[in-house]
Amino acid sequence: MNGRNDFAVRIGTVNGTGSASANGLLMQAIFRMGVPVSGKNIFPSNIQGLPTWYEIRVSGAGWTARPSAIDLVVALNPATHAQDVALVRPGGVLLYDSTWPLDAALHRDDITILGIPFGQLCVQAFERDRDRTLLRNICYAGALAALLDLELGVIETLLTETYGKKPHLLAANHTAMQMGYDAAQRLGVCPLPFHVARMDRTGDAILIDGNTACALGALYAGATVGAWYPITPATSLMEAFKSFCERYRIDPVTKRHRYAILQAEDELAAAGIVIGAGWAGARAFTNTSGPGISLMQEFIGLAYYTDIPAVFFDVQRCGPATGMPTRTQQADLLSLAYASHGDTKHIVLFPADPRECFELAVQAFDLAERFQTPVFVASDLDIGMNDWMVPRFTWDDSYRPDRGKVLDAEALERIQKFSRYRDADGDGIAARTLPGLGGKGAYFVRGSGHDQHAGYTEDAAAYQEVVDRLARKIAGAATAAPAPVLTAHGPAPAEIGLITIGGCDEAVREAAAMLDAQGHAVDVLRVRAFPFHADVQRFIDSHDTVCVVEQNRDAQLRALLAVELGVPRDRMHAILDYGGLPLTAQVVVDAVLALGAGVAA
Amino acid sequence: MTSIAKPPVRHPSARLNGLGLALRDYEGAMSTLCAGCGHDSVTAALVQACWELDLPPHRAAKMSGIGCSSKTTAYFLKQSHGFNSVHGRMPSVTSGAAAANRGLICIGISGDGDSLSIGLGQLSHAIRRNVDMLYVLENNGVYGLTKGQFSASADLGSRSKRGEANEQAPIDPVLLALALGATFVARSFSGDKQQLVPILKAGLAHKGLALIDVISPCVSFNDHEGSTKSYAFTRAHEVEAVHADFIPLRHAITVGEGSEPVQVVQLHDGSSVRLRPTADDYDPTDRDSAYAHVRGCQARGEIATGLLFVDETGKDMHDFLHTVETPLIDLPYEQLCPGAAAMDDLMSRYR
Repeated sequence: MNGRNDFAVRIGTVNGTGSASANGLLMQAIFRMGVPVSGKNIFPSNIQGLPTWYEIRVSGAGWTARPSAIDLVVALNPATHAQDVALVRPGGVLLYDSTWPLDAALHRDDITILGIPFGQLCVQAFERDRDRTLLRNICYAGALAALLDLELGVIETLLTETYGKKPHLLAANHTAMQMGYDAAQRLGVCPLPFHVARMDRTGDAILIDGNTACALGALYAGATVGAWYPITPATSLMEAFKSFCERYRIDPVTKRHRYAILQAEDELAAAGIVIGAGWAGARAFTNTSGPGISLMQEFIGLAYYTDIPAVFFDVQRCGPATGMPTRTQQADLLSLAYASHGDTKHIVLFPADPRECFELAVQAFDLAERFQTPVFVASDLDIGMNDWMVPRFTWDDSYRPDRGKVLDAEALERIQKFSRYRDADGDGIAARTLPGLGGKGAYFVRGSGHDQHAGYTEDAAAYQEVVDRLARKIAGAATAAPAPVLTAHGPAPAEIGLITIGGCDEAVREAAAMLDAQGHAVDVLRVRAFPFHADVQRFIDSHDTVCVVEQNRDAQLRALLAVELGVPRDRMHAILDYGGLPLTAQVVVDAVLALGAGVAA
Repeated sequence: MTSIAKPPVRHPSARLNGLGLALRDYEGAMSTLCAGCGHDSVTAALVQACWELDLPPHRAAKMSGIGCSSKTTAYFLKQSHGFNSVHGRMPSVTSGAAAANRGLICIGISGDGDSLSIGLGQLSHAIRRNVDMLYVLENNGVYGLTKGQFSASADLGSRSKRGEANEQAPIDPVLLALALGATFVARSFSGDKQQLVPILKAGLAHKGLALIDVISPCVSFNDHEGSTKSYAFTRAHEVEAVHADFIPLRHAITVGEGSEPVQVVQLHDGSSVRLRPTADDYDPTDRDSAYAHVRGCQARGEIATGLLFVDETGKDMHDFLHTVETPLIDLPYEQLCPGAAAMDDLMSRYR
C-alpha cells in the first residue's frame, strides 16, 4: 500500500477538540475526487481530553477494510508520540505538530519525519482560544491536502457547503486550510509518493454509517414505535430515526407525530415497550448493545414463547460487562441466538455494511411479523458508527410490509373458534388477532405454560405441543431469512473455504484476493442469518479446509455451526480477532498461511 | 392455576347496561385464588365498574405482571385481550400497547411485590410518563404465591404468620405516586365495594395514569392477629378522606346533594366525579394537602382511603409524544413510508 490511490493515513489527536470535522472533510474530498475511501474512528469512551485516532484508507481497487499498514501518521497529540511514531511502516512518513518538540529518542531512520507548527500558526492567526483549538484541525487538513495532492476546489466546495451560511466561519476555515496547505508546500516534498489522483469510482456510492442506515430501514419498513435506553454505540440509531421522523412523519396539517419514540428508564422497559407495541400491532423496535441485551433476556423469552413480533438492533461492542464501549466486537452471537432461559432460539441477521443494515432492517420487520417472534439485527460498532462507502440505497415503491397472519373481524367471522396457538397451516405459525378486536378473537397472552388455545396448562402433552411448534416455526425461518453470500474463486470449490460474518466481510474478501495473488485458491462464504441456511452446510462439506473468521475470543460462530449443523468443531479452524479494532486482511492472510501443511500452493 | 371457564348462561331477568350487556358479560374465567381472597372482591368491583360504565369489552386491554393479583386479569372481561407479562414489568408492556393503539382502554392489575419491589422502577416511570391507564395495586403486604414472605409494603412491626415482625420501613404507593406527580391517586379497601366501585369508574375515565392502591387482605398468609393488612385491622383503621361518586356523561350533575360540601371534577371524557370530603378542609385537588393528610393518618396509625388526589389538567403520554389522534396501528403504510423519490433525494446528503 504505497502508491497512487493506495495508502493509509492515521491521525492522532485529543478527543473533544473538534478533529472529527477535519477528518470528515478529508474523507469527503477524496470521495468526491472519485476515489474509494474508508475511515475508521478509534476513539476513547470519554468526552474530552483523551487520545483519539482516525484512520483513512484510500484504495483505487475499492478495498474498504481497515488498513493493514499505515503509510502516513499525523501526530498531533504529544501524549501518544511514541506509539504514533512506532506505527509508521518502514519507508513511510511521520508528520507532527512541531510547536512541541518530538523526543529525540523517538527518531527513526527508516521513515521520513516532517514537522509543521500547526499550533503556533493558529495562535498567530486567530484571537480566540476556541478558534485556535478548532482551526488547528482544518490547518492539518490543509497540509494533508498538499501532501496528498487533494484538489483545492473540492475542499473549497465542501467548506462552503458546511459554513456557507456563516461567512465569518467560512473565512476562518479558509484561512486555516490555506495556512496548512502553504506550510506543507514549503517542506518541498509535495505531493508524497503515495497520494490521491482523480478517478471515477464513487459515482454510485454514498458515505454513510450503519446506525443511520438501520434507522432508515426502520423508517421505510413503517416502524411506528421505538423504545430505547441510551448506550454507546447504539445511541445514534434512535437519534437518526428521530430526525428522519421529524422530516417524514409529521402530519402536515396538525403537525402531530406519526411515530412514538420512548426513552425508557432502562433496557428492560425498552424491551417491554417494544413487546407491548408489537402485541398491539405496531412495528416496534429497540436499539441497544451487549449490556442491554443482557438486561432484556427475560422479555426476549416472553416474546418468543408468546409469539410476539419485535425487532432488536444490537450494535455490538467489546464485552463482557462494561467492556470497551468504544471498541468493536462480534461477541454477542451466542447470547442472541439462544437469548433467555429455557429452550429458545431466535432469528438473527448479520449485516456486513451500512447498505445491508438498511436492507436487513426492513427484512427484520417482515420476518418478525411473519414469524411472530423477536428478530435481532446484529450490527457492531465498526459498522454502526463509522462512515462506509457503499452503493447508494434505492427503494421499490411496490414494497408492502409482510404483516403475517393477522385475523381481522371479517376473517374471524369465517372461523368457528379462534385458537391463538393452533398450527392450522403446518408451518408452526399460528394466526393472531390484535387487541381492540374483542369477541371470539380475544385471547390471553401468558408467559406461563399454555396450550394451543392460549389457556393455562401444566399438562405435559399440551405444553410440548406449543414448544414443538415454536421449534418448527424457527427452523422454517432458515430458508426465509437472507441466504449466505458466496464469493467463489472459481466454478469448482477451492481447497480452502473461509466462513465469515458481518463486518469481517471486507477484510476476509481482501485476504482471499491477497492469498489468490500468492497462489492459494480461497472461497469465501458470508453467513447472513441464524438459523443457518442449508448452503452453509453444503459449503462446509465441499471444502477440505474450512476456517471460520470472526471477532470474538471464543469462536462463537464456529460453536453455533458445530451445535446447529453437527459439524465436528475441530473440522473448522478458528481465525479470531478480538482486540476491539476492525479486522484487517493481513490478520486473515497470516492465519491462513500459518495453517501450513493443509494449504494448497 | 388452572383455568376454569364459567358456563355462558344469562338469566333472562338480568339487567342490561347501555350496550345491552349483562354483568355476567363482564366476567371472566373462574378464579383459582383462595376462598375469601381480597383480590376476588376487587375483581367483582371491576366487573361492576366496567358494566356500569358501559365499557365496550373489545376496547379493553387487561395488563398484568406476575403474582396472585396479576392472575386476576383472567377473571374479568373475557371478551377482552389480556397480557400476563413478566414480574414487575406490566407498566412497560402497557406503555408500548398504549403507544401503539391509543384507542385501547388499558387496565393494569398489579400487586405490592410486583409494583413495589421488582417493578418499583417501572411503576415510577409509568407515572412520570403518565400512561393513560387504570393501575390497580392489590396490596396485601405479603408474597402469597411463594407462601408468606414480607413484601415492601409490609408495615413496621407487622407480624408474619410465623410470628416475626417486619423491621424495614414500608413503601407507601400513595405517597410515592403523589411525590412522583401522579395525576390520580386513590386508596381503597377490597372489603368496601361502596367506596371502591366509584373510584374505579373515575380512574377508568381519568386521562393519564390512575393509581388505586387497594388494601386486599391475603386470607392464607396475612389475615392473622398482628398483621396490619388483615380484614379486621383495615376495617378498624380505615379513614375515608374523600368519598367519590362517579357521574357518567349522560347523567345530569346535581351538585350539593345532601348537606356536605361537594367538589365536582370534570373528567376528560365529559363525565365527572363528585368528591365529598369527610375530613375538614380536605382539598383533593391539592397535592400537598393530600400528602400531608396521608402522612398524618400514618402517624395516628390510620389508613387514609378515598380519592385522595385528582388533577384532570395534566398531560398524558400521548401529549408528551405529540402523537396523532389516529392510533399508530391504524395509520396506512403510505403515510409511514417516504417512498423512492424521497430516498433518491435523501441520498444526496451522503455524497
